[in-house]
Parts: sequence; structure tokens; C-alpha cells
Amino acid sequence: MASGQKAARVGEEVWKTRVDKVNAELVTLTYGTVVAQLCTDYEYDYVQVNQQLDKMGYNIGMRLIEDFLAKSNIGRCGNFRDTAEMISKKVGFKIFLNITPTVTNWTADNKQFSLLFDENPLADFVELPDDGRAQDELWFSNIFCGILRGALEMVQMSIEARFVSDVLRGNDVTEMRVTLLRYTEDEMPPDDE
Amino acid sequence: MAGAPPGHTIPSYAASHAGSPSRHMSQYPSTTVTTTTTSSSALVSGTPAPTSTLSSTLRYPSTRKTIYDRNLNRSRNAELSRSSFAYLFMEMVSYAHRRVKGIQDFEKRLNEQGYPLGLKLLDLLLYRAGPGASSTSLTSSSSTSSSGGGAAHRPLRLLPLLTLLTTKLYPLLFSRPADSLEQSTTNPAEYMIIDNTPLTNQYISVPKEMNQLSVAAYIAGIIEGVCDGAGFECKASAHNTGTDVWPNRTVFLIRFEDHVLEREKELERQGVK
Repeated sequence: MASGQKAARVGEEVWKTRVDKVNAELVTLTYGTVVAQLCTDYEYDYVQVNQQLDKMGYNIGMRLIEDFLAKSNIGRCGNFRDTAEMISKKVGFKIFLNITPTVTNWTADNKQFSLLFDENPLADFVELPDDGRAQDELWFSNIFCGILRGALEMVQMSIEARFVSDVLRGNDVTEMRVTLLRYTEDEMPPDDE
Repeated sequence: MAGAPPGHTIPSYAASHAGSPSRHMSQYPSTTVTTTTTSSSALVSGTPAPTSTLSSTLRYPSTRKTIYDRNLNRSRNAELSRSSFAYLFMEMVSYAHRRVKGIQDFEKRLNEQGYPLGLKLLDLLLYRAGPGASSTSLTSSSSTSSSGGGAAHRPLRLLPLLTLLTTKLYPLLFSRPADSLEQSTTNPAEYMIIDNTPLTNQYISVPKEMNQLSVAAYIAGIIEGVCDGAGFECKASAHNTGTDVWPNRTVFLIRFEDHVLEREKELERQGVK
């Protein structure tokens, strides 16, 4: 847990000193309008909306990792457990969204864990449409899955992320399941400095 | 509001409601469940069922973590990383880019995405401006006589509305007031809000062949939403007017509908403030 605490300290430190801020409600509402637009564009085909959100997240993740590494100034993680602590929990979500989802429910092989979102700024002010389908089909915050997938891919980890429950659907917790598929074997760029 | 009855006291008001401003409004019925959600009410619009709030089939978590149980002021001072906005907005713009033909279409789309925010933010602003009284918002005509005890009124006249935009809306969104507010010298229906460093333009680089495009059209949409929501129908647009010192300087041109000006004159005569 020592690494966890260290990560938490790093996260807090970076959040306080190195992160430009913006009003949370602007982000919340902007995300809301993005999802609403997708729903209109895809004629309320929520499966497609989920996919599109994931795709957007992936694009964001690929760029965000750079920002993350630059701000946090941390090195490579030794194992997937460290990754979970560092990238997802204490530092990653902390410095972008000022939240620290709980890492839990590890499988025995250390390749799969859950993130429990106690708070979710993207979903503040949100209620899903009462059309009998949205609560069964739409993962409102699906952009997170894409972000994790894109960001980790850039550091040679191929993962799968998906939501398994969401308070917006009437579940008691918002839970995302993250699975390590494999470490990709890309050559690390040669030390150029 | 969208469905203002035809027998409204000012005929032109009702008439123009059938015109373009209501194009947006009709998409976002005022009967939606909550007053402050962008997403939910916009989503709900796909299934217009005015009475659905009474017979909701939605499931709620047993922990009661719902929008109804949460204090509206909870996120008032909450902050997120500016890059989270930048990333999100960037995706929004590039997604829009793939789906539009031409710059006008592009700006229209961004404007339409900002519009519902304005409608919701108006209520949120008035709710927060008052001493916790949400009941003040709809009784504006009767409460104007009470001499400003801090209660939040819906603006009735143009100037209070514009001040609301520059000194309340702007700080809520961007943590600072707008840089200036000007009235057009040639057209009394036109006002300009000037922002030297619009947040939306900060992280978006527009290719040369699209240099007319202003992604601040999103903010213009928000402004238009607030004005329309307050009963001041207008068109708001964003224009690049970069200078050497402020390369992203943007003018938001707000052009009010004729009937708004007519009403303004009438209120002036009656001495309403």
C-alpha cells in the first residue's frame, strides 16, 4: 500500500500546484451536450452511442497520457497493480477530474480489477431518459473506458475496459471493470537525450 | 415557454415564437424532469411525454444518489482540470467537423450544442443569485416592486439581462467576467460581448482554409440559450477579431428580435426596471 499512498500524495501535489483549473459544471454540461448530440445523431441507438463515446475517449486517451506523464513525472510501473494505483486511481483521475475511484475486486491472476466511482463529475445533473431502454443500454460515462484504453495503449498495455454498473441505471455503485489483455511488445523509443 | 399561447399580450412576441428561435426551444420541452441538466432533458426530448414525470419507470439506486437528493450548490465551486475540458471540447469539435458541410453549418452545430446549456444555466444562475429561493424566478412581474432585497429576478429589461451575461454567466463558466459589453452604434438591436481570451479557442487550432470559423460559436449558443430562456429572443454569433495582443479576441454579436425592442420601449414607458 506504500505505493498507493505515495501515488495519492503525488496526485494531490500535482492537482494543487501544476494543474490549470476550470469550473466543473462547464465540463459536466459540455459532456452532457456531447452525449445528447450523439443520441440525436444515432437516433437513440444507445449501443452505437456507447461505441462512439468509447472512440472519442480513445482519441482523448492517446493524447492525455502525454499530459499525464509530463505533469506527474512518474516512471514506469512495475506491475499491473501499480498501474491501477498510479494511472487510474490516485494520479490519473485525480489530476484530471479531482476524483479518486476505489481500486478493488482483483482477480487472483492480478489481471483484472474494478474501479468504483464514488463520485462522477461527468454524471452530475444527469438523469437518463425514461424511454424504457436507456437505463438498460446506455453507458453514460463510457468515454472513460476509451480514455483508459487509449492512454494505456500508449504505454504498451493492451486492456479492455467496460462498465458493469452505473448509479444512473439504478445500480447502487458505478463500477468499471478493467482487464489486462497483454503487454504489447513495441520497442521502447531509443533514449534520445 | 416554448409553447407560448397565441393570445399573448404582445402579438409580435407570439408570432415570432413560431419563427426560428423556437426551433431550438421545441427540442427542449420545458416539461422535462429537471431544470439543470443538459443531457437529461436533451435526451428526454426524443420521447416527448409531458406527463412521464408522474409515472416514471426509471430505477433509482437504493443509496439515493440521484440528482434529486443532491444539493444544487454542491458543484458550485468545484473545479476540474482545464485539460479535461480541452480534451472534451476538442473531441466535440472534431466529431462535428466530420459531420458538417461548410463553416456555417459547423458554427450552427456548435451553437446548437451550447444552446441547451444556456437554458439550464439561466435557471441555475437565478436560483443561486437568490437567497435560496427558487420561487422567485417565475413571479418577476409582481416582485419587481419589492426593492431589491437580494432576491433574484428574471431580468425584464435588456441591460439587466446583458449584465447578467457578463457578470454572472461568465464568472460561472469561466471564473471571470467578460472583458466588455458594447452596444452597436448603427443598430439598436445589436449588442456585443467581447472576450479577449475565450477558453474554447485556446486549445483549438483552426486550419487556414477555415479561418472564418470561430469555435466560440459554442459560447454564443450558451448566450443565446440564456437570452431565449429569459424571453429575449435573439441570435448570437461569434466572430474572430484577433488583434496583435489578443489573437483569440472574439466578439459575440447578439441581435435581438424586433419584438424584444418593442417590449423594451413599452417597459421603459411604464418605468419598469
